Amino acid sequence: MLRGSVRWIDERLGLGPTLRTAMRYVFPDHWSFMLGEIALYAFIVLVGTGVFMTFYYVPTDAVTTYRGAYEPLAGLIASENFISTVRLSFDVPGGLLMRQTHHWAANVFIVAIIVHLARVVYTGAFRKPREINYFIGVSMLGLGLFDAFTGYMLPDDLLSGMGLIIAYAVGLGIPLVGEDLMFLAFDGPFPGSDALWNRLEVTHVLLVPMILAALIGLHLWIIARQHHTQFSSGSDEEARAKSEKQLVGSPMWPAYALRSLGLMGLVVGFLFLLGGLVQINPVWLWGPYEPYLASNGAQPDWYLGWLIGALRLMPAFEPQIGDLTVVPNAFWGGALFPVVVFAVFYLLPVIDKRFFGDGRKHNVLDRPRDNPRRTAFLTAFFFWIWLTFVAGATDQVFLRMRIPYEAQVWFFRFVAVLGPFAVYFIVRRWAEELRERDVHPLRGWNGRLVRRDPVMGGFVTLDGGQDGAVVPEEDVAAHEPDVAGSREERATAAPPGPDGA
Amino acid sequence: MSRADRRRAGVSPDPVEVTVGPNRRAENLVLVLLAGTVVGALAFIVFYFAYPDTQLLGLCLGLALVAMGLAFAVAGKRIVPQEKATEDYQDYGDPEVQEEVVELVDGGGAGVSRRRLLIGTAGAAGATVGGAALLPLASMGPGVGDYLSVTPWKPGRRLVDSEGAPLKPEDVEVGTFRLAFPEGASRSELGSSLNVLKEPVENLQVAEELVKVMPEGVMAYSRICPHAGCAVATYRYPLYEPTFGEPPALVCPCHYSTFDVRQGGKLTFGPAGRDLPILPLGLNAERELIALGDFLDRIGPSWSRVRGGPDSPLEPAGGGG
Repeated sequence: MLRGSVRWIDERLGLGPTLRTAMRYVFPDHWSFMLGEIALYAFIVLVGTGVFMTFYYVPTDAVTTYRGAYEPLAGLIASENFISTVRLSFDVPGGLLMRQTHHWAANVFIVAIIVHLARVVYTGAFRKPREINYFIGVSMLGLGLFDAFTGYMLPDDLLSGMGLIIAYAVGLGIPLVGEDLMFLAFDGPFPGSDALWNRLEVTHVLLVPMILAALIGLHLWIIARQHHTQFSSGSDEEARAKSEKQLVGSPMWPAYALRSLGLMGLVVGFLFLLGGLVQINPVWLWGPYEPYLASNGAQPDWYLGWLIGALRLMPAFEPQIGDLTVVPNAFWGGALFPVVVFAVFYLLPVIDKRFFGDGRKHNVLDRPRDNPRRTAFLTAFFFWIWLTFVAGATDQVFLRMRIPYEAQVWFFRFVAVLGPFAVYFIVRRWAEELRERDVHPLRGWNGRLVRRDPVMGGFVTLDGGQDGAVVPEEDVAAHEPDVAGSREERATAAPPGPDGA
Repeated sequence: MSRADRRRAGVSPDPVEVTVGPNRRAENLVLVLLAGTVVGALAFIVFYFAYPDTQLLGLCLGLALVAMGLAFAVAGKRIVPQEKATEDYQDYGDPEVQEEVVELVDGGGAGVSRRRLLIGTAGAAGATVGGAALLPLASMGPGVGDYLSVTPWKPGRRLVDSEGAPLKPEDVEVGTFRLAFPEGASRSELGSSLNVLKEPVENLQVAEELVKVMPEGVMAYSRICPHAGCAVATYRYPLYEPTFGEPPALVCPCHYSTFDVRQGGKLTFGPAGRDLPILPLGLNAERELIALGDFLDRIGPSWSRVRGGPDSPLEPAGGGG
């Protein structure tokens, strides 16, 4: 039967050689090359559960009455958006499972992309010849965030409404043309016309997912064309040169295909476990949105936390020329900040070539320590985003821990400006020392063996202690006694050889 | 040979096949895991018909898939042949081919006399037809016009509470705030909803003209934050002695813009670029609260023409359009 199938397809489409090459296609074995696959499998879950939900969701804010199984909302009069979401959750068997799994999958999708992105930038995988695929990946993160946001809006519950008005305000804030753009998007002033809901739904379920699917296909095709990057097989130049020319790993068939399918089962399975067991976005508790409603301590989905934080940290500043408000405040945190962040990501290959790299082709990855300045720059940059993200939780910290809100905001404003510089210098120094000593930061023996000299006093540093090997007595004897008067001197004297400090 | 064994032995980068002989224990494990998948999937089907509880459905389907994933992973690592394979990286970029392509493209215009003019005109044609085809996107919404300046408030319009009952000054207590709407108008517009509060008149730190539009110390502010448009739905009114000194303030729960109500909604903290707009209030013959006109400033999140216009700050605007 196997032979028959292969013959059938090969005789018609001539796919025999393609299949042969594909099955021998080599994947590198390092675990970090599977992060992107997690995003891919989450996307598949998103499409599957999402299609199910489109069969029930009604994209209109026309008012209707809930007459379903969920008692607390019996007789509720609200928009169809909201009511159809509640109906899907309580009156469709398996509906809530699909909805919650979809929401969890969206969260995992974004996390996986961000972790994947971190791996790519820290190891320099974005360098020539892989810039195109890097741009596609960054674009997919942007599109993923946008699509997650539009999906979050669809139920028209209190939290979506608060998100929608903030998005509208940020849009209005685009200098000079903001109000025109928002009137086009919302079909009039907030809360817009009924057409808004068709637009949001089509954007969420058709436009963006189609672009994402096309980009995913392109992303994979380009990987297949260029092959994965890999870490060097050894630390010497010869091994590096060889790794630069030849990829080592597992072939697609059978080992890698089975492992990847295994990862798919685990990702999809965990998403359904989360969707079934861990409640997410219970819109029936938030209730429908009205512009005059808001709740204290409201938090958006985590992937929008950085924008909330930026909106909160920005001081009250609205430059004017005469009566013209040039930049409404919401623009700074809600639009300019993410534009700057994405601009840095898009420009990273250029920045890297100019400041940290050499512009040559690279198939071999750097370990983060191999390029201390790139690693320090990226960590400072990620710290800046992370700090803003944390600042998005100031209200929760206030409500739970009673740390005054204003004090927190001033603290975060201060750290957001100075923190990245401190992080840059600390990480750069750390990476330089790691590179010099060539030990894993989390694994193995990292210190030095010292022995007190019984006759002279003072301490002898026993070199070669890095892997915890016991140093033979004669080696000890061969060492000059390293007499150290103070703790500080010992600390600085410890690493032998050319010390970067 | 386990992974650790291979690591100890030192993995050769050459294409060496490391055959895994029959591993009955791994095969048994995979069989058990696949059986678990079957059981989980069947349980899902049974529960779907008998008792479609979200937790049970998620548990059955999730565990079935996790078991399947583990089965594949174990099979991929322990049952099928483990192989170190190599593949050469392609070094793309053949200058000769590039040159051929350039010549081919260039050759397409051989013998054409006014090449640049033709290319330029073709570009113009493409741009115009593309622009024309995109123009219908402008139908997606109305022009801005006066929409953003208009609110339902006009002189004499009564303030009503959520139930639709008119509000009197004594309905508003010091230390709390009331949500109010324009009588007989849509409540969903950003210009509709109000926060109505009361402060003893002697506490007010506003111009004399403003005190006049706060009858008996009752004042009305737009409920929509001038920063990002959230409902200003929290009121900080210190009741705890050490915080007595802090003035009562309306606080937006989204980004914590804080507005001092005694100073006429002046921004004291947070990102908002403007103060909270005041709706001038008066009393009608029945001592019910009415609007004396439109808000003194434009309401809602800022846009380019949110300031200025025909409105003068202390003169009720009458709508600005």
